[in-house]
Amino acid sequence: MKIPRCKGANDLMPQDMLRFRRMEEVFRTSCLAWGYKEIRTPTLEYLHLFTSAGTLTPEMLSRVYTFLDWDGWSGERVVLRPDGTIPAARFYVENMRNSSVARLCYVENMFSFEGTGQKSRERWQCGAELIGETEPQGDAELIMLALEILDKLNVSPVSVKLSHVGLFKTLLREIGLDEEEQARRLKEILSGDASILNNIEGQSPGVRRFLNLLLDLRGKSPGFLENLNSVLPGKLKAVKHCIDDLAQIVELLDSIGQDYEIDFASGEGFEYYTGMVFQFYSRGKLLGNGGRYDELISLVGGDHVPASGFAFFPNRIDLVRIDEAESGPVKILLTSNIELVEGMKYSFEIAGLLRAEGYIVQLDMGKDSEADYHWLVSFEKKGKQILFNLTDQTTGEEQSQLSRKQLLEALKAGAK
Amino acid sequence: MTLKLALPKGWIQGYTAAFLQRAGFEYPDYRESSRSYRPKSRTFPDLFTKVLHEKDIAIQVASGNYDLAICGSDWTQELLIKYHSDAIVKVRDLGYGQRELYLCTSRFSGLHSVEAVKSMSGPVRIVSEYPNLAEAFALKLRLPNFRIFPVWGATDVYPPEHADLAIVSATSEDELGEKGLIPIARILSGNAWLIANRNSLQQKNMSSILTPFYRTSPQVNEEEEELTISEIDSEDKFESSVFPDGVVSLAFPDGHQQTHVIRFLKDVNFNLKGYRTPLPTRRPAPVFDGISVKVVRPQDMPLQVANGNFDLAITGQDWLADQLYQFPSSPVEELVNLGFGRVRIVAVAHNDVPAESISDLKRLMRSGEIPVLRIASEYTNIADKYARDNHLSPYKVIPSWGATEAFLPEDADVLIENAETGSTLKKNNLKIIENLFESTGCLIGNSNSLVDPVKKDRIGKLIKIFEKGIEGKGG
Repeated sequence: MKIPRCKGANDLMPQDMLRFRRMEEVFRTSCLAWGYKEIRTPTLEYLHLFTSAGTLTPEMLSRVYTFLDWDGWSGERVVLRPDGTIPAARFYVENMRNSSVARLCYVENMFSFEGTGQKSRERWQCGAELIGETEPQGDAELIMLALEILDKLNVSPVSVKLSHVGLFKTLLREIGLDEEEQARRLKEILSGDASILNNIEGQSPGVRRFLNLLLDLRGKSPGFLENLNSVLPGKLKAVKHCIDDLAQIVELLDSIGQDYEIDFASGEGFEYYTGMVFQFYSRGKLLGNGGRYDELISLVGGDHVPASGFAFFPNRIDLVRIDEAESGPVKILLTSNIELVEGMKYSFEIAGLLRAEGYIVQLDMGKDSEADYHWLVSFEKKGKQILFNLTDQTTGEEQSQLSRKQLLEALKAGAK
Repeated sequence: MTLKLALPKGWIQGYTAAFLQRAGFEYPDYRESSRSYRPKSRTFPDLFTKVLHEKDIAIQVASGNYDLAICGSDWTQELLIKYHSDAIVKVRDLGYGQRELYLCTSRFSGLHSVEAVKSMSGPVRIVSEYPNLAEAFALKLRLPNFRIFPVWGATDVYPPEHADLAIVSATSEDELGEKGLIPIARILSGNAWLIANRNSLQQKNMSSILTPFYRTSPQVNEEEEELTISEIDSEDKFESSVFPDGVVSLAFPDGHQQTHVIRFLKDVNFNLKGYRTPLPTRRPAPVFDGISVKVVRPQDMPLQVANGNFDLAITGQDWLADQLYQFPSSPVEELVNLGFGRVRIVAVAHNDVPAESISDLKRLMRSGEIPVLRIASEYTNIADKYARDNHLSPYKVIPSWGATEAFLPEDADVLIENAETGSTLKKNNLKIIENLFESTGCLIGNSNSLVDPVKKDRIGKLIKIFEKGIEGKGG
């Protein structure tokens, strides 16, 4: 009986795994080189880690996998981790709260229900979190680190989109909405619909015009932010510090010649974001995002410690190219012409020798297709000596009766 | 092509029967207190009709076992809010059977408003027959810490000592007042609905059955029921009360076990004023000082003892086993085997199934006659363990809230049931294919309750009293 995979679950094929591992390796080595320490939080967390206001939106919470654990008689529910940042914040509070600055990175899977079963309910994230008083250099460091990773992965061109959740939070408060209405509007902005700001009634023409400008224009220079500051209505002057916040990053990106776009309408993100948010795109595809979350550490029981972070989504990075040279060393199919037991003994010994030289060696079970290999090596016994025959599948060239030394030399010469 | 319709048991049965009569279905065997599981419609003799516990209906329609059903919208929402499924289509508000779901506290509770609930410091304990709606409510309110206690019934008796909130369905606020509950918010409201399986609607011609529903139900203002939190001002109804420390909390069962327990208590001279059938109160007054008694469903006791709500409870070994199979580290244990109410827990099949044993069933599974074994049971954890231990792969456990014998043969292949004499099974054309174990009434306790020295002393005395009842019978 055929048992299919679970609905909403995906298999990663060997080619996907090569891409995944390449992404993971570049991410890890870059983070470690920047002083980030790798952690892994558990797949299971208590549900209430994610339920406080300011962590995940109710919409996200309605799609988490929750259940009673084996010792769940107390009624406390656990959840399959739906997000990486909140557990990292919990990890910091539990294990590192005395360190002034914590640089953490992780490669972890997240779970969230998706009704059609067409998209995967399990997603992977390569995340980096910078916790502590680091503003504004911290945000800059994270963006530069992320760009370095994309560069090492040869993903090009990359554009950075910038927005500011703190600006929206301040705006909603300053235009006089009550708390419930602020929360409702923010939820819509975070789910990607910032245009609702245009429909808030009872605003003065000055405020309305400013909101229109804010949402319609796409800034490409620090001058854009200067312009916004100069048309800022008096009622909204509290958002000036958010605009200045962005200006510092924009100047940095300008100075390194990095392409960017200030797009306030792209405020999509998590409820825990409090300040600047950024997204990385290539060829119209969102590769990762991040932002500042200054309230989260205190929400999960820590002191008031500012923080920011970003994450890449390895399963979205199909732009990472894996060419043949990267898919592993040269492959050899090894065939023995000696009777079974003795032949096996020599096969394992010779394969070990070749592997030590860096080749991938598979033993011929008689079922392999020779076309999959660069080299075919067979051996036989002449008296006490083992002699090798070598075929280069790419050229069809054959060499026979080689000694062990000659074989290694021929392989080395052929690989060139 | 036979169409399948599921109708509800319980309080809504009489109203539904009256509605179907008006709609011209003519079901002589489906009336307010009728007990037939398969009533026949005189008007639609080809329509297959099954009577199920209302809580089971939505899941049966979602899984495609029934094309159409009548069910309270609260139970449909209870399923859909957790399991986002488009398999159920809500077809018609039938305009009767209105119920509301209320968020309630006890009149002795300190929680007088939704705001007070939100600012509670410890975990908010919510008891409900609707655990999925309760969880959705807690998430909607952004409660930073909460516990959901799902129960089979008697929800009203838990607050204030054993739960902070109860989510209860009622037809009016007065009904809650009679139970000593005070509503602080209304969270869902709705009538009985005609619901349909989406595939059935798309693929089968059901118009002859749908037409009488549309003709008969008035055009009502169908508003999409959603979980909302509308506050009710109940400020002046609260009273203050003090619950002394060291009181030993006991739970006694209602329902089938109650008659056995009444007889047993009489034998050991444990007088409990108001513990009789029918129950006048769920808080009978004991003659001893320092103990309090509540009457709850025996199914709920192991969990309630485990989480420390009750120190002692009388339930069955079957329910204790079901709890321990789900939560092996649960701190609940059997203290005294009381010996009464002996039943066998059995695996049951329909007489038409050519299987006399579990190995026969496995043979039917191997041959493909039973592609996926459907096991219906009130004891979901016992059923799950039974299937695992016997390698009955692939299998599905279908949870049931009663009248499980009605599931065979159409909606399940096997039941895990309790049988006292086996006569109910025989009457329903069913047979036992395996005995799992025997179960009797027992006194259970929480291993952590003995930390308090005052309680420890009182519990010790109570255990002695109960043991006396066993000795008297030579047990």
